[in-house]
Amino acid sequence: MMKAYPLLIEGLQVIIVLLGAPLMVGWVRMLKCWLQGRQSAGPFQPYRDISKLLIKDIVLAENASWIFRFAPYAVFGATLMAGSIIPIISVDLPLTATADIIALVALFAIARFFTALAGMDIGTAFGGMGSSREMMVASLAEPAMLMSVFTVSLVSHSTSLSHMAHTVMEGTLMLRPSLAFALMAFVLIAIAETGRIPVDNPATHLELTMIHEAMVLEYSGRHLALIEWAGMMKLFLFSSLGIALFFPWGIAVADEAMMLPVALIALVAKLALVGLLIVLIETRLAKMRIFRVTEFLGSAFLLATLGMLSYFMLE
Amino acid sequence: MNVNIAAQINSVLAALILLTAFGLLVQRRIYGLLHIFAWQGLFLSISTAIVGYTAGLHHLYISAILTLTLKVFALPYILYVLIHRLKIHKEVEDMVNIPTTMLIGIALVIFSYHLTAPIRELSTLVTRSTLAVALATVMLGLLMMITRKKAVTQIIGFLALENGLFFAATSATYGMPLVVELGVALDILIAAFIFGIFFFQIRTTFDSLDLKEMEKLKEED
Amino acid sequence: MTLLPLGPVFLSILLFLFTAAITPLFAGRPHALVRVSFLLSAAASLMALAGGFFAVSNGAVDTMTLPIGLPDLPFYLRVDVLSGFFVTVVSLLGLFVSIYSIGYVKGFIGQRPVSTLVVFYCLFMAGMLMVLISDDAYSFMVSWELMAASSYFLVVFEDEHASNRRAAFIYLLIAHIGAVLILLSFGVIAGFASGFESFNGYTFSAMRSSTITPAWASVAFLLAFFGFAAKAGMMPLHVWLPEAHPVAPSNVSALMSGVMLKTAIYGIMRVTFDILHISSWWWGGLVLVLGLVSAVMGILSALMQVDLKRLLAYSSVENIGIILVCLGLAMIFASFNMSVLAALALVAGLYHVLNHAMFKGLLFMGAGAVLHSTHERNMENMGGLIHRMKWTAPMFLVGCLSIAALPPFNGFISEWLIFQTFLLSPVLPSPVLNLLIPLGAALLALTAALAARCFVKAYGVVFLGHWRGAHQHGVHEAGLSMRAGMLLAAVSCLLLGVLPSFVIRWLDVIPQTLVGGTISLSAHEFGWLWLTPVSAGRASYSAPIVFLGILLVVAVVYMIFHARKTSIRRAPVWDCGFGKLTNRMQYNSTSFAMPLRRIFGFLFGIKEVARAAGDPALSPMFMDRYIYHLKMRDRIWYGLYKPVSDASFWFARRVGRLQHGRIQIYLLYSFLTLIVLLVFA
Repeated sequence: MMKAYPLLIEGLQVIIVLLGAPLMVGWVRMLKCWLQGRQSAGPFQPYRDISKLLIKDIVLAENASWIFRFAPYAVFGATLMAGSIIPIISVDLPLTATADIIALVALFAIARFFTALAGMDIGTAFGGMGSSREMMVASLAEPAMLMSVFTVSLVSHSTSLSHMAHTVMEGTLMLRPSLAFALMAFVLIAIAETGRIPVDNPATHLELTMIHEAMVLEYSGRHLALIEWAGMMKLFLFSSLGIALFFPWGIAVADEAMMLPVALIALVAKLALVGLLIVLIETRLAKMRIFRVTEFLGSAFLLATLGMLSYFMLE
Repeated sequence: MNVNIAAQINSVLAALILLTAFGLLVQRRIYGLLHIFAWQGLFLSISTAIVGYTAGLHHLYISAILTLTLKVFALPYILYVLIHRLKIHKEVEDMVNIPTTMLIGIALVIFSYHLTAPIRELSTLVTRSTLAVALATVMLGLLMMITRKKAVTQIIGFLALENGLFFAATSATYGMPLVVELGVALDILIAAFIFGIFFFQIRTTFDSLDLKEMEKLKEED
Repeated sequence: MTLLPLGPVFLSILLFLFTAAITPLFAGRPHALVRVSFLLSAAASLMALAGGFFAVSNGAVDTMTLPIGLPDLPFYLRVDVLSGFFVTVVSLLGLFVSIYSIGYVKGFIGQRPVSTLVVFYCLFMAGMLMVLISDDAYSFMVSWELMAASSYFLVVFEDEHASNRRAAFIYLLIAHIGAVLILLSFGVIAGFASGFESFNGYTFSAMRSSTITPAWASVAFLLAFFGFAAKAGMMPLHVWLPEAHPVAPSNVSALMSGVMLKTAIYGIMRVTFDILHISSWWWGGLVLVLGLVSAVMGILSALMQVDLKRLLAYSSVENIGIILVCLGLAMIFASFNMSVLAALALVAGLYHVLNHAMFKGLLFMGAGAVLHSTHERNMENMGGLIHRMKWTAPMFLVGCLSIAALPPFNGFISEWLIFQTFLLSPVLPSPVLNLLIPLGAALLALTAALAARCFVKAYGVVFLGHWRGAHQHGVHEAGLSMRAGMLLAAVSCLLLGVLPSFVIRWLDVIPQTLVGGTISLSAHEFGWLWLTPVSAGRASYSAPIVFLGILLVVAVVYMIFHARKTSIRRAPVWDCGFGKLTNRMQYNSTSFAMPLRRIFGFLFGIKEVARAAGDPALSPMFMDRYIYHLKMRDRIWYGLYKPVSDASFWFARRVGRLQHGRIQIYLLYSFLTLIVLLVFA
């Protein structure tokens, strides 16, 4: 029983990631509808969307190569791999040690790389535009992300995710401006990486503003389902990564099966709050011009750097 | 409230002051600048009060209240009225683009940390670590005055610079004597008024508040 | 059994020279020549590979003295772990490229004298290996010159264009300026080793035991560093690199970018860590800063290129920058006596040396295959090659994934180790370094992300989409031996990425010799599956598990979703109801880089002009044609090199006035000289 426990919990986490991600997106959409005075389709609509796409036939562009057909699987695989590494329900998952936070960022980078390639594969103007913009956003987000990671690892003396979560959980409660700055930077980066307003709008198909949607415009059927699903998981994972790094209280520690229900409830509550935050931000802000993203991510970099500086200067 | 927690809160406030100093550099809207400036004043006044409490220096409370009334309410209000009356363009115009200004700002923070290192080793006050932040705030205020075009942004930069000086005084030596502080506060107020009168003058002369117009004042060769 | 490593390496050099020597025997039989000579070079590389590999794994030092050269100044040869490692890198890529060359060089038969290429190829390989095993300044400089001269002839191989000759000239010029600096540096050190009256100081062993005053050590370091950096292509001494690498034949470009630059890295390591020993941290600081500048500027320049091989050449500048960053960090840590961290930085750097050799070799070979079949270097005219080159495309993709530092390929391992080193920098006792080094890490992250962007562009524009050029004739897959060479490099990229702990255990002896620290003990707490450079709590990465995990997930997802019966219908792309989509409507290299020109354009001198041509009265909104001009000036060339070259021309013209062509005046010069000498003698 004790042997099987880590495997069980790992399996449980993968299922939670797979099934929780559409639910979270559904929750966000529902809240948004409420806030904007529209009628919502309920939190389960994303499940229906995915299952509909999965049974639909595929229409492929004439010159789509194997890259185009392989990309959805690579994107989905890399994202799910990331999902099995982040401590979402338990800090001591067997797989958390396989990759630290830098490798985790690289896993998301694989997904992005293949999506961008798929965007270039058909040879339409939209696809190339999306790839170019996506890689621009990513290249600006990366230094900020590293700086934010640097700041958190200064506090925890580690880049291993479970160690980082442990340090914050068990450390004495102390006001740390560095962590606050890192958190703010992380929020900005997460918004940019998951393609939410004000950087990208996941609901738009207007050519001037599309980033992510432009790359995946030519997808259909199960390919589209996988890409959409991976996108939802990405939102879910960035939210839970933020939770694990900055608000880990409630995540189960070690081999205590009793902690799991508590951890689950805490997770649902925290993610619901994150969803609310996203909706508030998205309702309040308008999408920014594409070249304002430089300043947006520049501010993220600034905040993360201030976090690093204030660790040395003030703590 | 023990000293340790007070020092921690003070560090957080110092961090927030630094953040607002950068916020002033990054902000594009003039009303936004005023809000950020008011917040900076608020953090400064809280920090002064906390230093006063932990050090048992009661005259710092008076400075805190002065800061609160002047820098959080009075000055932003005066500037708001000025901007409103003069119908100034609502966007900040910069000479150096914002990301570059940010990078220069970060370099300045590191530089001031380097500069204050010897003082940090000598000082024994709980607030000594915030000195670098204070110096950085001064430099960032100056940077803002250098890199912005319009007169209004210059005065906000100047006021931010003064905030930094004030913060340096509280963090390095637990504040200046009360008389000096009162005098400085009065100076600031008067300066704001003089700036206001100048704005009107500049505008009536040049029909603009762009400081580039002042270049015309030199003699023709 | 202890295998002495110098023997195989020495024999391999002899075999290379032998191959060069027998070339005339094959006059008139170019096919046989190509096959025999490159098979022989492959064999020679294999031999050197064995020697280098055992030199590192045994940790042995093997020396030899050759009684050639000037009287009383014999050549000293020596293989230790450092040179063994570099011999391994050179010969491993040499092996792959030699196999590749069998097919590649065949393409030149009938167009060019293949035998020149073969001769200089062999001399070039021999020169590189000799540089690595020389143990005295004299033989080092001789081998260095052999390497530079033979590569010069390889660069001018296709000499019908003036631009190629110019590129080769710049290359030779900067290589020689570098060589002079290196020679001066050796002179300084040798002077301290034996005094200026004796010549015994020219061996490296004498130099190693010499005691140099810190000021002169710094002078020697600066001379050697800039001398080698000129060869390594560090900014701002890189100008020759993007000119010379693209114009050389692609197999030679692969060797130049992949391993020749590394001999310069070897030189820097040899001089700083082995001969001089690091005395102050600013050495490392200088290397770190210049490395970061090279990395960021290199990749930004790469992104702006439209020529595939130039793009790869600039990306070499970037990777050399990354390696220099590691060396700089190692020097900083070593100067503070933090041997474990210095070892970590060195391991990261050496790993990147190996990785870069593999993936850059692979990418240049891929570019060669593309060039070979399309006769096109301009990416704006390529596209859709994935349909025609079914083998080259996936292998080029492997190279792109590796260089973009994506797991499970090798680029990620070194990238990860470098970031770990950076993250450990807060233990340094200097507060200013603590604040500044993280900013370097951020720049490196920017570089990594831009590299990913650059290779999305390269792959997307060359292999994906539709053909962009006017007509597409005879695009075909590369031949068998070319594919074999690329496949071997691609497989090593994957293996180096999946099994890093074996490689690190193998090369861990190098930092132990150089800085006295090692990371292997902590790295293998949990066996070969795990990479834990400092401690398991600090950071861990398991490349095999990540690889298998991704593979498993992808396979399972594929099985579940792909096995279902759904029909796949091919259809034309939706064109929004307008006219047919043409291949000119695709994003190309220039448009892909456009956001970057907006953001980082201020670093370059960019002039963009876009205007519409056509009759505005006819339809003012929709012009017939749009004309777009983009001009980019290399600021470094115009800011740094142009003034120097102008000044030297100016000076030459002034001096030229002495020339009058009249014999009396020349006699007058001699007479005046004689008088002056007589007065002052």
